[in-house]
Amino acid sequence: MNHTDKNCKTIQMTSREIRDRMSGNEAVAYAIRQIDPDVMPAFPITPSTEIPQMVSTYIANGEIGTEFIPVESEHSAMSAAIGAEAAGARTITATSSAGLALMWEELLLAASNRLPVVLALVNRTLSGPININCDHSDGMGARDTGWIQIYAENNQEAYDNYIQAFPIAEDPRVHLPVMICQDGFITSHAVENISLLEDDAVKRFVGQYEPEEFLLNPGRPVSVGPYAVSDYSMEAKKGQEDAMERAGSVILETAERFCRMSGRKYGFFEEYRMEDAEYVLLLMGSAAGTAKAAVDQLRQQGIRAGVLKLRVFRPFPAAELAEAIRRCGCRALAILDRCESYNGVGGPLGSEVTQALYRAKVYTETVNYIYGLAGRDFTVEHVFGIVDELRDVADGKVLPPDHKYIGLRS
Amino acid sequence: MNNNYSLKTMMNRPERLAPGHRMCAGCGATIGVRAVLRGLHEGDRAVIGNATGCLEVSSYMYPYTAWEDSYIHNAFENAGATLSGVETAYKVLKRRGKLGEGEQFKFITFGGDGGTYDIGFQSLSGAMERGHDMVYVCYDNGAYMNTGIQRSSATPMYADTTTTPAGKVSAGKVQYRKDLSAIIAEHYVPYVAQTTFTRDFRDLHRKAETAIYTEGPAFLNIMTPCPRGWRYETSRIMEICRLAVETCYWPLFEVVEGKWILNYQPKNKLPIEDFLRPQGRFKHLFKPGNEELIGRFQEEVDKRWEDLLYRCSRT
Repeated sequence: MNHTDKNCKTIQMTSREIRDRMSGNEAVAYAIRQIDPDVMPAFPITPSTEIPQMVSTYIANGEIGTEFIPVESEHSAMSAAIGAEAAGARTITATSSAGLALMWEELLLAASNRLPVVLALVNRTLSGPININCDHSDGMGARDTGWIQIYAENNQEAYDNYIQAFPIAEDPRVHLPVMICQDGFITSHAVENISLLEDDAVKRFVGQYEPEEFLLNPGRPVSVGPYAVSDYSMEAKKGQEDAMERAGSVILETAERFCRMSGRKYGFFEEYRMEDAEYVLLLMGSAAGTAKAAVDQLRQQGIRAGVLKLRVFRPFPAAELAEAIRRCGCRALAILDRCESYNGVGGPLGSEVTQALYRAKVYTETVNYIYGLAGRDFTVEHVFGIVDELRDVADGKVLPPDHKYIGLRS
Repeated sequence: MNNNYSLKTMMNRPERLAPGHRMCAGCGATIGVRAVLRGLHEGDRAVIGNATGCLEVSSYMYPYTAWEDSYIHNAFENAGATLSGVETAYKVLKRRGKLGEGEQFKFITFGGDGGTYDIGFQSLSGAMERGHDMVYVCYDNGAYMNTGIQRSSATPMYADTTTTPAGKVSAGKVQYRKDLSAIIAEHYVPYVAQTTFTRDFRDLHRKAETAIYTEGPAFLNIMTPCPRGWRYETSRIMEICRLAVETCYWPLFEVVEGKWILNYQPKNKLPIEDFLRPQGRFKHLFKPGNEELIGRFQEEVDKRWEDLLYRCSRT
């Protein structure tokens, strides 16, 4: 991966910094106010409910011109979003958990119709048992629907990722929907300091939505959503895959442009104390903060540990990830999944990361841990235990467990 | 249109569903769709929605489309929600000056009884309740025809379908049909109408135009016979429709701003047998010993007809 080499801090920023404190949901709603999209169909579900509530309040007070559609289900939310986006309107929605699961059929249609809808996903576990707390089973369940997926560690990243979603999705080279993910309650409801951008700067950054073809194009009617026989369907799917591949460079270009505006750097992933890391934790979302804090303590003890926080899960930066692991000389890698695959051998990151390593001929030891399901706490002590185990594995004292749960009740 | 209606004039309006689509010969749905689209005034643009079904898979088969207007098919159960998104986009793009002042679009979506009475019922109800300025047209052929004649909640009682086959111990579908027109009328939308093909198509053409040019949500329920599913001689479609109306199986009515209006009252209400007999799907009812079943069917038709007369008598 090409992390942007430029030190953005040296470039004059195009937006003044506005210091504030707010929750992750507030941060996304704040970005929505700044972007002022055309249409938002949404149906409430914990913990994303606040986003449509806040948008409705902006509308009620005349702060934005967005049309809110109070649909009767999430399936209809994504259906209406597809209709609105195909009609030529910049369209957003927000959901969590069962809401995303109910949208599943429509997620595929948004992507296959190449509609750049932006969805704020506030990650929550899927039932059952029914539980409102965070894990990544909702987002991971939609990992093969053709959506770009970007995960956030904290409210700042949720805000920054959300603003970057539009130029990525709407880029003519991409034309794919984007899911901006943050951890339910852990970041969606926790109030933290945040650095906001000026309204005008955000509007300039996002620009106008100018689709090439749309239903409401007077005198240029278009048909959307065909039936296609086997002679044509496969090319449509390959077209989607090509767009997903192209999305990688567009994500990096957008990050670089965002950096020039904000001074904040983003890539496919963040490498934290990875330069010479022998033991690496690879994970997504808020748990990265915990892992970084633990790594700082381990470093003080002379243990060379590092964190690879994956930001972009779709497209999956396989070669870049493998290269980062090779580069640091990692002796053992912990792949942490906040999601179970029920395949008997591990979680989704466990499968995809090991595949990436194998394809790149990076033969380091790996252990796939399952942690934090349905809001189970994940602590620095858990990280210490993981790194202890990685050391034993690397030293050949124990065989690597291939599918291990963290923090289970005994 | 009311005062100087002429079928010839109507038939001279431009076709908005081009020939070359792959619907069956004699298909009622196609006749219904073309008639509804004649309700659009010349020069007015439209976005047409469509639930998955025969109409969709036969009219927009990549890379060919039969639709002269903009058209969107999304999935089976969400034609209501999809078009509500399109209509909302129109509202906001217009308000934001992204569409020319004079640009007028109308929004019409088609769904079969499967996509409307059953799997798309929630999406339809939501769209009607929210008050989108659109017309939902159900082409009701009384079964899931696209997948091969399975029963729906619009299928008439005793019909022989592939999931309610008439057999040694079965007389076909057990339940009478759901009255969707009444259910949508209970949403208190500005316009609901039930129609089918009459000799001069005046009823359908008038209702389509009224529905399209009524502000707010409108619902049209059109009985569109399916020769394969109903198993009648293809050429007899107009006769089948006439018998459905004359037996009061499919009454012609409309509900305007909550007021129920009966559009046609047969002078001599024909027995339901007359409607059932020409259709192969009811063949088993005419075997000796099944007279009682026809009697029960008649009772249900009578009860519902009385209910309709009562609704229409209220002022």
